[in-house]
Amino acid sequence: MSLLEIRNLVVEFATAHGVFRAVDGVNLELAKGDIVAVVGESGSGKSVAMLALMGLLPWTANISADVMRFDGQDMLAMSNAQRRQIIGKDISMIFQEPMTSLNPCFTVGYQITEVLRQHLGGRRRSHQARAIELLQQVGIPAPESRLRAYPHQLSGGMCQRVMIAMMIACQPKLLIADEPTTALDVTIQAQILDLLVDLQRQHGMALVLITHDMAVVAETADKVLVQYAGQQVEQKPVAELFSQPGHPYTHALLNALPERSSSRLLEAIPGVVPGQLDRPTGCLFNPRCQSAQALCRTAEPPRQDGVLCHFPRVGDDTASTQAVIEEGASV
Amino acid sequence: MLRFLLQRLLVMIPVFFGVTLVAFGFIRALPGDPVEVLAGERGVSPERHAELTAQLGFDKPLWQQYLSYVGDVLQGDLGVSLVTNRPVLEEFMELFPATAELALCAIIFAIIVGLPIGLIAAIRRGSLLDQGMMSLSLVGYSMPIFWWGLLLIILFSNTLNLTPVSGRMSFLFEVEPVTGFMLIDSLLSDEEGAFASAVHHLVLPAVVLGTIPLAVIARQTRSAMLEVLGEDYVRTARAKGLSPWRIVAIHALRNAMITVVTVIGLQVAVLLAGAILTETIFGWPGIGKWIIFSVFSRDYFAVQGGLLLIALCVMTVNLVVDLLYGLINPRILHQRS
Amino acid sequence: MTATSSTANISVRRQQWQEFWFYFSESKTAVAGLVFLLLVITLALFADIISPHDPAEQYRQFAEIPPAWMEGGQIRFLFGTDYAGRDMLSRIIHGSRLSLVAGCIVVLLSLSIGTVLGLIAGYSRGWVEAIIMRVMDTILSVPGLLMALVLVAVLGPGLLNAMVAIAITYTPYFVRLTRASVISEINRDYVTASRVAGAGPLRLMFVSVLPNCAAPLIVQATLSFSTAILDTAALGFLGMGAQPPMPEWGTLIAENRDLMLSAPWTVTLPGLAILLAVLAINLMGDGLRDALDPKLKRS
Repeated sequence: MSLLEIRNLVVEFATAHGVFRAVDGVNLELAKGDIVAVVGESGSGKSVAMLALMGLLPWTANISADVMRFDGQDMLAMSNAQRRQIIGKDISMIFQEPMTSLNPCFTVGYQITEVLRQHLGGRRRSHQARAIELLQQVGIPAPESRLRAYPHQLSGGMCQRVMIAMMIACQPKLLIADEPTTALDVTIQAQILDLLVDLQRQHGMALVLITHDMAVVAETADKVLVQYAGQQVEQKPVAELFSQPGHPYTHALLNALPERSSSRLLEAIPGVVPGQLDRPTGCLFNPRCQSAQALCRTAEPPRQDGVLCHFPRVGDDTASTQAVIEEGASV
Repeated sequence: MLRFLLQRLLVMIPVFFGVTLVAFGFIRALPGDPVEVLAGERGVSPERHAELTAQLGFDKPLWQQYLSYVGDVLQGDLGVSLVTNRPVLEEFMELFPATAELALCAIIFAIIVGLPIGLIAAIRRGSLLDQGMMSLSLVGYSMPIFWWGLLLIILFSNTLNLTPVSGRMSFLFEVEPVTGFMLIDSLLSDEEGAFASAVHHLVLPAVVLGTIPLAVIARQTRSAMLEVLGEDYVRTARAKGLSPWRIVAIHALRNAMITVVTVIGLQVAVLLAGAILTETIFGWPGIGKWIIFSVFSRDYFAVQGGLLLIALCVMTVNLVVDLLYGLINPRILHQRS
Repeated sequence: MTATSSTANISVRRQQWQEFWFYFSESKTAVAGLVFLLLVITLALFADIISPHDPAEQYRQFAEIPPAWMEGGQIRFLFGTDYAGRDMLSRIIHGSRLSLVAGCIVVLLSLSIGTVLGLIAGYSRGWVEAIIMRVMDTILSVPGLLMALVLVAVLGPGLLNAMVAIAITYTPYFVRLTRASVISEINRDYVTASRVAGAGPLRLMFVSVLPNCAAPLIVQATLSFSTAILDTAALGFLGMGAQPPMPEWGTLIAENRDLMLSAPWTVTLPGLAILLAVLAINLMGDGLRDALDPKLKRS
């Protein structure tokens, strides 16, 4: 049985200019210990889908899905109080901005033990010891003294480690990492990613990694979910995705990687993700698609073999894929 | 933290001299012949005029006059009231507790009522309750308080006969001034019913004076809470599975208080300005009534001294607020040195 | 500038205006405030035509007539009369003129002086800034009404002097706001671009930077407008503002204060006028702030 099953998730926001559909028909299924990467440019609704699962969206959001099931429980039908039993314990999430994601008014120790107190109850003394242990696990030196530190006294990388410690405190079955390295220095990024993968292996938890970095995907994920303008355009195992990208968008994303670039110039995808006001008709990607045809501009594409496209690509790019995977593994 | 405080103290020094300059300039800028005005004598002979000029130091150059004024101020000499012939500082200190008591009660009233209103409104944003409370607080914010005071006197004192019209204490009681705070002094005295009388006298003026601060505190608490509730760390707190009550009362409130404390501190200047009107309406024997009386009786040394001392009060309170701000904001308390 | 880009400009501006109006009109209370304010402005503009009596005319035999809806009231004097038999309604209508004009002048004075000083302080930095800001701190350390009282004591009582005095006490808020915006804007890329393109300091300040600081200034100006009406009335009430027989609202309350118990309407009605006018402006100001401040907009 799968750990998490989401089918046809739709998230809409009421705005000044009418209803905006930020997530449009996302499906996701993952088993215990899976690592799934969700990729796409900014504004493609990657975070929103996961925040919807956590119940963390503002009240203006309208969430619907055919199925949203975690560990045998229906997440759609449950009350807020029931969801709070699961959130932070069995499913937890770390965010993009570690510096602002920690409360500036409380010590690191307080914020970690708070989770333990909330979900496990029990005595303060044991929580203190557990907090020290957690800080050790995430690689923070001198954990005893760090417990008394305030977030502003720590660096961005340290803050993210504290966030991770806080979120794995109750040994979750699923950890969602929302671009956990985007706001960090390049050198720290690799450390944090390695830490996440290590922890994932040790605890056997499932990991959803939201990112726009294809190299990260190649290095860590088992399965990849490509999202564009709220729609899930492709979903494949990682090797297959890199060797046989079915959607022109996936193909373009891969071509933007330096390792795959055939010419001396990097290939960029022209244009930006459409917003609320400039949504095209037909396929949402058609204005930026190199192989768009008349049909793409008028009719919404069907889902063929997991690919949301009128004309999915066929063919193999294996040679260059291998390079990327090796490159990624050596980071 | 210490550096933060020193910084604040350092900024106060030029402002203090700025205020002395204003107070000094005030006397020099008065219409008419300042010598005659200040001596309270009219149509004096030229000999007497010269004598007075020398006595007041007006024959010296302006900068010397200013320096000697600042020197006097630093020694605590603010001149002598032209009306009562008593030192201005002495008069001020005698009346100050009455205003302090009134202002303190007003701000406590404003906080006790305003803070919960702002909190509830923020949590129930957009609800009828929120709209109702915010509309009411906007009415409070728009209130001409001198009129509000008169209205309450008409209602409570004259129609319902619940509260006295003016003063701090019924004439039936004689309360020994110990602290100058009538609420405390009446408790210390043996007089039966004196405390109740003090409370009765205080209620209306405190409510009137507290109305605008209450409205401001309610509105600012609401907006500070709304801003904080949108912060990333509140999302983290929710991701931890904490109860909404805990998120609001612990995570959000603590951060919102940093702004709200500053807002409350800023209300002190508003309170002292409001005290001028409130004390005039309720016959409250404090600084506000005194300074109006001094303006009307052309007691310019009293006005000058009052101006300076009130500014000092505001500056002191601002310093205390800065201190509090530093204490509740860990980013300042635990500054990396 | 080509024709297409200028039409594009206009359409962008129209879109901005539409968006502003969308957010502003979303708040019913803000629109209500605006409507009421427009009503008061109309009353003030056409006071001579609208008011049923001359505000100074004393109908001696009709002194202290209660409002029409009370017992003994007359339809002739809708809001009753004061101790000298003057029609309260006419006096209040004419008073709106004084209050609105006072509010406008105070805001215009403090806004223009404050903005210029703030621009200079934010742009020049260094000792010029230090001096300007310390002077503003000094003004702020004295409670506004007290400062105004002292200034009026020097200048002499009267509506004009009261307005000048109040304007001085409001200036620091505008200086601080402008300076803060200028400092945050001055390092933005568009300012650098404009500087690189050869814009002089004046052009930089007034054409590039100032329009981008406009939103908070507009909101502050609205708030000042309402508090100016309150403070003018307060000074009038204390006898330091408009002098009787001018029908200024605060002065009306002061001159009828002795009648508070025998003829309460002479005190309650002018006060209600102040409250409603100020409330209307504040409601509008709230709507303005919500519509102009992108941070508080709904996502």
